[in-house]
Amino acid sequence: MRLNSSAYLIREGFRSIGTHRFMSFASVAIIMACLIIMGSFSLVTENINAAIHALENQNEVVAYIDETLSEDEARALQPQIEAIDNIATVEFVNRAAAMQNFMSNFSSYVQEGIDETVFRNRFVITLEDITFMAQTKVQIEAISGIGAGNVLAHLDYAKAFVTIRNVVSVISLVMIALLTFISIFIMTNTIKLATFSRREEIAIMRMVGATNSFIRLPFVVEGLVLGILGGALGFAATAGLYQLISRRVVASFGEALFNVVPLSQIALPMFAAYMALSVVVGVFGAVNAIRDYLKV
Amino acid sequence: MIQMKKVKVVYRSSDTVALDGVSMSIDEGEFVFLVGPSGSGKTTIMKLLTGEIRADAGQIVVNDFDMRHIKVRKLPKMRRTLGVVFQDFRLIDNMSVYDNVAFAMRVTGARNKKIKQRVPEVLALVGLEGREKRMPKELSGGEQQRVAIARALVNNPRMIVADEPTGNLDPVRSLELMLLLEKINEDTGTTILVVTHEKELVNALNKRVIYISEGHVLSDRKGGYFDETEQ
Repeated sequence: MRLNSSAYLIREGFRSIGTHRFMSFASVAIIMACLIIMGSFSLVTENINAAIHALENQNEVVAYIDETLSEDEARALQPQIEAIDNIATVEFVNRAAAMQNFMSNFSSYVQEGIDETVFRNRFVITLEDITFMAQTKVQIEAISGIGAGNVLAHLDYAKAFVTIRNVVSVISLVMIALLTFISIFIMTNTIKLATFSRREEIAIMRMVGATNSFIRLPFVVEGLVLGILGGALGFAATAGLYQLISRRVVASFGEALFNVVPLSQIALPMFAAYMALSVVVGVFGAVNAIRDYLKV
Repeated sequence: MIQMKKVKVVYRSSDTVALDGVSMSIDEGEFVFLVGPSGSGKTTIMKLLTGEIRADAGQIVVNDFDMRHIKVRKLPKMRRTLGVVFQDFRLIDNMSVYDNVAFAMRVTGARNKKIKQRVPEVLALVGLEGREKRMPKELSGGEQQRVAIARALVNNPRMIVADEPTGNLDPVRSLELMLLLEKINEDTGTTILVVTHEKELVNALNKRVIYISEGHVLSDRKGGYFDETEQ
C-alpha cells in the first residue's frame, strides 16, 4: 500500500470517528464502563490480598536463645538466621527488653521481685511467605545456640491464613477472568453493532475494487483510537474513584485498621493493563466486526 | 469483454436454478440491454459479472478474468476494470460528491494530483460541475445517479454494468441518463451493459437487446426491439 493511501486511510479512520459520533461515543462509554467495573473489582481484590499479607506479617516467629550464651554471643547468631531463605526481618530482643515488653502487658498480674534473668534473649522473626513456616522453623532450630523446641511458630494460624489467601486468590481470579470475558464480549459486540450500520459502506468499497486491507485500515485506526480513549478515560475514572473511596475509608476507619494500597503503587500496572486490554479490544473488535463483510 | 458459455447457477438454499445454460458474448465497445421479467436471472448475471457469486457450471470470462476460478484476492483488481451502477445509487452518505468519486480512484492507489485532475473531468462529463462539495442527500435522484456514473467512470473502466439505473427516476430523468450512458459509450468506447425493465427506454435507444427468462436466453438481437408478448 502506498504512503499516499496509508495517510488517506489513517485520516479516514479519524474522520469516521467524528462522522459516526454516536456510535463512537457508545463504544468509548462501553469500554470505559467495562474497565471501571473490572478495575474496581481488581482493586478490591488487591486490597484484600494486601490486608491478608499485612496480617500474615504480624504472625511472627520467636527463636529463643540458649540461656548459657551471653548477649553478644546471642546477637552473633543473627547473620545465620538472616541467611535462611524466606526470612523477611530479624529483630534481636534482649532479656531487659523482653521483660519490659512482658511487664507492659501483664504487670498487674505479676508479683513483685521478677527480674530479667527469667527471660531469655530472643529473635523476633517475620517471614516472606508463611506457607513455608514449618520448614523455616526447622531451619532456625538447626542453628547451634537455638536448638529444637526453642522456636515458637503458630503453624495453625499460618495454615489458616494460607487457606484464606488461597480461597481469596481463586475467587478473585475466577471473578476477574469472568468479568474480563464478559467485558470483552460486551465491548466487541458494541463495536460490531457500530460496524453493522456501515455494512453498506463496506459493500460499496468492495464494489469499486477496494482490497480488504484498504477497507480494514480505517476501521483499525478507528478501533485503536476509540480503544485508547476508552482505556485512558476508564483509567482516569477508576483512579479518581479509588482515590475518593480510599480517602473516605481511611478517614472512617483509620490507617492502622485498614491500610489501603496507595494508588501510586498500582497506577502503572493498572494503566498498562487498561490500555493493553482496551487497545486489543478496539483493534481486534473492529477487525472481527468487519470480517463477515469482507468475504466476497 | 464478456464471454458466457453454458453457465449454470443454482441457489442451494432455495434449490432454485437461477441460470440454466446461459451463453452470450458482449464485445468491446458495445452497448447492450439485458432485459427480462422479475426472477428471470438478470441480477444473477450481474452478481456473476461482479464476482459476488460463482457459477456452478459453464465458462464465464469478464475483461480477461476467468470468473469461475478467480482467486478472492484477485477480485478487487478485476472489479477495477468494471464500473458498476446500481438502482439505489449506493453513494457513501457521509462523503461529498467529490469524495465519492475520488474514493474509487483512491482504492487503486492513485496519487492526489491525478485525482484532483480526473475527478472534475468526469463530474463535468456527467454534468455535475460545481456540485463537488455537495453531500449526496442534497442532490436529486437523477443527480445522485450521475455521481454514481461518474464514480463508475473515473478509473476508465473497460465496461460499465448498470443494474436498473433508472429504477428510482422519473421518465425524463431516465431518458437523460440513458442518453448520458450512450454518449459515454460513443465518446469513450466504454462497453455498457444495462439491466432494465424500461421498455420505452430500450426501444428509444435502438441497441442490442438480450432477453432472458427463467434462466434461459430467449432472444438476442440488434435493433432495440423489446416486446415481452413476442416471447
